[in-house]
Amino acid sequence: MQNEMQKNMLKYLEAGLRRDGRKKDEWRRISVEKGVSANAEGSARVKIGETEVLVGVKMIVDKPYPDRPDEGTLMVGAELLPMSSPDFETGPPGIWAIEIARVVDRGIRESGALDNKALCIKAGEHVWIISIDIVTINDAGNLLDASALGTLAAIEDTRFPAFDGEAIDYKTKTDKRIKMNKHPISVTVWKIGKHLLVDPTSDEEEAAEARLTVASIEDGKLCAMQKGGEEPLDMKDIQKMVDMALENAAKIRKNL
Amino acid sequence: MVYEKRLDGRKFDELRPIEARAGIIKRADGSGYFRIGKSSAYAAVYGPRELYPRFLQNPTKGVLRCHYNMMPFSSVGGRVRPGGSRRSKEISMVTNKALLSVMELDDFTNAVIDVFIELDQTDAGTRCAGISAASIALADAGIVMKDLVSAVAIGVVDNSVVADLNYDEEAYDKGDVADIPFAVIPSTGKISLLQMDGIITKEQLNEAMELAQKKCGEINRIQRAALKDKFKAGENHAE
Repeated sequence: MQNEMQKNMLKYLEAGLRRDGRKKDEWRRISVEKGVSANAEGSARVKIGETEVLVGVKMIVDKPYPDRPDEGTLMVGAELLPMSSPDFETGPPGIWAIEIARVVDRGIRESGALDNKALCIKAGEHVWIISIDIVTINDAGNLLDASALGTLAAIEDTRFPAFDGEAIDYKTKTDKRIKMNKHPISVTVWKIGKHLLVDPTSDEEEAAEARLTVASIEDGKLCAMQKGGEEPLDMKDIQKMVDMALENAAKIRKNL
Repeated sequence: MVYEKRLDGRKFDELRPIEARAGIIKRADGSGYFRIGKSSAYAAVYGPRELYPRFLQNPTKGVLRCHYNMMPFSSVGGRVRPGGSRRSKEISMVTNKALLSVMELDDFTNAVIDVFIELDQTDAGTRCAGISAASIALADAGIVMKDLVSAVAIGVVDNSVVADLNYDEEAYDKGDVADIPFAVIPSTGKISLLQMDGIITKEQLNEAMELAQKKCGEINRIQRAALKDKFKAGENHAE
């Protein structure tokens, strides 16, 4: 896929520049705002440049899985709203939405950030389910990292609703919060030609042949990965991409 | 029983605080945001663009398609399952009709104008907030219209006619409650959305219509101010 746009982009990258003037490891302005939707138990708005996502948490009480009677759980959904890009259509979630939701879910789940046992109300009967929904307001690239960051912020913003053993009273928010032991940050590194870059614009995403998302925790350990894109990566690429993801995760973590 | 004082302390004819903005979604051809109290709506317009599948095309004029949707975490109750419901389909349809009569679609043969309305938080009156946001978005997209439609819900709570019900008032249980969403075309005073559920008298309907006209005038000024603000700001529009 070598169209004019991509050729032009490569020309710039050879000179060490991106079309919007950023360096390869430079992010657009990031903002994280919590408590943005009144009826959600927790919510956050993340903007990365012109990209904007909203993440909302609804707390649900349900029966636990029979093999884990004293553990609550996490559910993540993502919707690429047709409002946010001419490329998104109405209808059931496409594969990109499903991938975003699953990669965000794994980043949190596998990091051990949540204590599932703390979500138990009565073993075998009632557990809390943290239901997270990611929706896109404007897609200007890098939805995955924005979604992961927003999810973390929305969980941190969450307050449990009152539950009397039978029904949830969504109008009453208690002071109880979800304890997060770790804060997994997802950074996706994109490969265009031989160049690696983070926080792509939509054009850069389109021109990229491969990407690697790396979720990592405070001590620099990796907790989830996902390779995407058409082209395979060699081991050297992957090492470089992981290094770049870790370096950038440290930068991003400051926004929490 | 008489409803003497509103639950949130507003005057009978007082709207909740309103915030309106234009041009907030850069990928869209036009966009708007309209918040009234705790009900808030984003609207984005795409088009005119080609309409597929082809059999939906109209060779004599453009098609307007409105899509109303509540975000999964937007409701005062539990999670709203994504993917649309009978309710959201009906609201999409009446929204379409509320806006259609001001549209000039003759030049857009075989094309579609898509209007996506997304509610990120809801506290009653959401179809009206959606219509008010959609009007801003259509104007922001530069689509020629005869007027800018404004919408508001008028309620009758225990025999008192009040403007802009919130959820608590809709759920008021000490007397009858009726909810009457209106959309008004301000220049002609014509009403392009009218629904009602509840029990009211003919006199109350007349009173509600009068109030809707007045309140839609207020809302219209706020919508226009939002559009002017965007184009005054200038940098919002720069690419």
